[in-house]
Amino acid sequence: MFYREAGDFSTTYPEDSQTFPIKFDRYRYYVVLAFAFLVVPFIINDYWANAILLPFLIYAIAAIGLNILTGYCGQVSLGTGGFMAVGAYSCYKFMTAFPDLSMFINVLLAGVVTAAVGVLFGLPSLRIKGFYLAVATLAAQFFLVWLFNRVPWFYNYSASGQINAPERTVLGVAVTGPNTSAWAAYLFCLVFCVASAIVARNLTRGSIGRKWMAIRDMDIAAEIIGVNPMKAKLTAFAISSFFVGISGALFFALYLGAVEVGEAFSIQKSFLILFMVIIGGLGSIFGSFAGAAFLVVLPVAMKIVGADMLGMPTDIVAHLQLVVVGALIIVFLILEPHGIAQLWRLAKEKLRLWPFPH
Amino acid sequence: MDEGYTTTDGRKIGGVVMEMKNITLRFGGVVAIKDISFDIREGEIRAIIGPNGAGKSSMLNVMSGFYVPQEGEVWFHGKPRPQMKPYQVAQQGIARTFQNIALFEGMSVLDNVMTGRLTQMKSGLFAQAIWKGKAEAEETENREFAEKIIDFLEIQAIRKTPVARLPYGLKKRVELARALAAEPKLLLLDEPMAGMNVEEKEDMSRFILDVNDEFGTTIALIEHDMGVVMDLSDRVVVMDYGQKIGDGTPDDIRNNQAVIDAYLGVSHD
Amino acid sequence: MSDQFLFGIEVVINGLMAGVLYALVALGFVLIYKASGIFNYAQGVMALFAAMTLVGVMNGQVPFAHLINSILGTDVHHFGWHIPAVIAILMTMAVMILLAWAVQQLVMRHLVNQEPIILFMATIGLAYFLEGFSDLMWGSEIKKLDVGLPQGGSFWIEEMTAGLGGEGFYGFFIDRLDIVATVIAILLVVALMLFSNYTKEGRALRAVADDHQAALSVGVSLNFIWVLVWSVAGFVALVAGIMWGTKSGVQFSLSLIALKALPVLMLGGFTSIPGAIVGGLIIGVGEKLFEFLLGPALGGATENWFAYVLALVFLVFRPQGLFGDKIIERV
Repeated sequence: MFYREAGDFSTTYPEDSQTFPIKFDRYRYYVVLAFAFLVVPFIINDYWANAILLPFLIYAIAAIGLNILTGYCGQVSLGTGGFMAVGAYSCYKFMTAFPDLSMFINVLLAGVVTAAVGVLFGLPSLRIKGFYLAVATLAAQFFLVWLFNRVPWFYNYSASGQINAPERTVLGVAVTGPNTSAWAAYLFCLVFCVASAIVARNLTRGSIGRKWMAIRDMDIAAEIIGVNPMKAKLTAFAISSFFVGISGALFFALYLGAVEVGEAFSIQKSFLILFMVIIGGLGSIFGSFAGAAFLVVLPVAMKIVGADMLGMPTDIVAHLQLVVVGALIIVFLILEPHGIAQLWRLAKEKLRLWPFPH
Repeated sequence: MDEGYTTTDGRKIGGVVMEMKNITLRFGGVVAIKDISFDIREGEIRAIIGPNGAGKSSMLNVMSGFYVPQEGEVWFHGKPRPQMKPYQVAQQGIARTFQNIALFEGMSVLDNVMTGRLTQMKSGLFAQAIWKGKAEAEETENREFAEKIIDFLEIQAIRKTPVARLPYGLKKRVELARALAAEPKLLLLDEPMAGMNVEEKEDMSRFILDVNDEFGTTIALIEHDMGVVMDLSDRVVVMDYGQKIGDGTPDDIRNNQAVIDAYLGVSHD
Repeated sequence: MSDQFLFGIEVVINGLMAGVLYALVALGFVLIYKASGIFNYAQGVMALFAAMTLVGVMNGQVPFAHLINSILGTDVHHFGWHIPAVIAILMTMAVMILLAWAVQQLVMRHLVNQEPIILFMATIGLAYFLEGFSDLMWGSEIKKLDVGLPQGGSFWIEEMTAGLGGEGFYGFFIDRLDIVATVIAILLVVALMLFSNYTKEGRALRAVADDHQAALSVGVSLNFIWVLVWSVAGFVALVAGIMWGTKSGVQFSLSLIALKALPVLMLGGFTSIPGAIVGGLIIGVGEKLFEFLLGPALGGATENWFAYVLALVFLVFRPQGLFGDKIIERV
């Protein structure tokens, strides 16, 4: 009833190509943003921050990054975990080498370093395509994890081989280390997450985004109409890795606090992010959020239902989780290969015509 | 070098835009094109015809820089074209359509047409990340041009439709729109009427003539349908088994014995 | 001959043996990819599942015992019987065929005509499902698998070769299990080749691999062929599971051998059986030699990534892989 576009005309091209061309969508977006920035910080507690909100925001950034590479540019990557590790370790190096630097700068620099590493591992994409490339990105995954595990310089020669996030501040407020309050960490991640989403949206709606999608849909035709495939693919790797690196830095510094690379950034992480992108919807920024939310909430919900309510042993719940996630992925792919984002689009389509579908 | 000619319907044809000089193209042992030369003049509609497997598509691929010939040179605007990547050829102002439609199926019609503008859009990564300002202005400016092409080819109603949902004939038209959006100096059409019914062929012929008339675009096209070609084009190259067997106005071609043999199937050797 | 050189030879021989096992896993991938265009990530987990099922059947474990106990409050563990290895292997094979049928009916049948990447994702989902499922069914603790294959170093070879080197050289150490594995792998490849070249099903399989629709039009049942292919892949997984399970115990890490097989595929090509074998040998020898020569200087454990980087570098220079034809791009 209230979801209508009738009478909502775009009279200029910029108006037509804005992110939320329908008024109702636009207002809902502002309300969500206002709620996230102005209300949540006052009601947040440690449990909500650590169980749901921080992982959601951080994974959403990684999913946006991978979605740019895989969903928009069509280059499948199984190396996301490795690139997150680059973000985490470079952030750690910056944090320890320049203690006075704002955490903001540290995270951004970590993104830049990861972008450079991403370009390096993206070079083979100029020659290798499809599954071969997907497997080739595993080289990045295994090599990077091995590197951070075996070269002591990266973990500052600590005896445990772990990296620990020291306390760093933004505008005098601690955002890392043991004295961080939940709202500060949350707001810090939220700013990065929202900024990432906006930048990703801007890039994907303009000429760079079209170059990526052209490469994705038919690379030879793209080259013949004037897209430089090398430039297009490498920028996709760079931008994607930039976001993934930021996500890795936040994951380490704000969420975990201490990281052992083989555990935190294993190939399982690569798959997790990939699942988020698939379940959420390839080639959709909204889908990245939906996928991240789904896979963050699902295990928590299963733990509450299985272990707390039904009293099952935790190892059985863990196994059930694998079964359920695996089955859900298959079911999603069968029912809707384009993910939650597509379901959402279809629902809106229906809603637009409701209650007179003809 | 002469300075062009005037067609029977009174259009003025200019100097040579592209010249193929002794092109030979081989795939392994197979000779696809053997020592072919011809030129294309500014403002004309130039057709390349021939039976199946004559090497027409290979010729077009050489012109668009997708294949590199083993021998011979491609002259463009009076200079030999150095070896370059296909995307660089496109940036020089050569646009093309494909025999088996090569649209970007995951994108809308509008986005597909906008990809034709990519060679014109120059704003950098940071400008686009911020969007407001330079990138948005550039987008709007190019959108206006794209909309002009969309109007011209009468596909306004489907501009937001995903390409994958369109019927064949419309896809062909969208592909033409994408090529035109690039404001090409030379437009290459690879069998623009293949697989169309009579009405669609008439529409497409009209669009080709209109494009040539309205924008003065030089057009080179490959076509099977002799009737259409003879009506459309100013000059025709005929190929058979990788060799040129005829070159001239449609009337010349109609009376050319070698061409008649090739089409009626006189035995070779 | 210097001792260092002899150690090098020993490394190469052991690398070849490891390579055979990689090739065995890679073979499972190639079979499914050739016949259905599916890049089956679950191949490794299938090997794990097969090995766990085999152990469970042999020891008379009650399936889902843990789950049943936690829901019903009962305390069941074992049926209390032991089944001979040969029969247990046959029973496990039956389970793998059942699995193949279920995969085809419940998953792949509904994904016909999807893009390859979607199918690939589905097999990752399948891998997750199967991993959780086998843990639920048989428990996740490390199990010992012994179907009576010879194990341990071969003293005979050790004694025969001890004389080749000086004081510090005690002869080649070669695991008898590796020798058995090599023999079995060779037999398996020969059997597969005979099957695909000389039986009706084999011909149908190759027809499907060439062109689905054409095969369909001459009366080949795609459904049957795909169940068949998944069954054969299940069989290969069972063999690989027995080998690796005997070698290092049946546990989750067994499923990671799939990851070892991937660079083999890149090297040999996704569709080439000889490619899988040669690729497996190259990777096996390469990573062992690299670790032997440069591992200590680089901090060790280079096996984690060497195969991938080798395959990557190789593909950059030869994108069509070892046995592929030069790729001609068309528009």
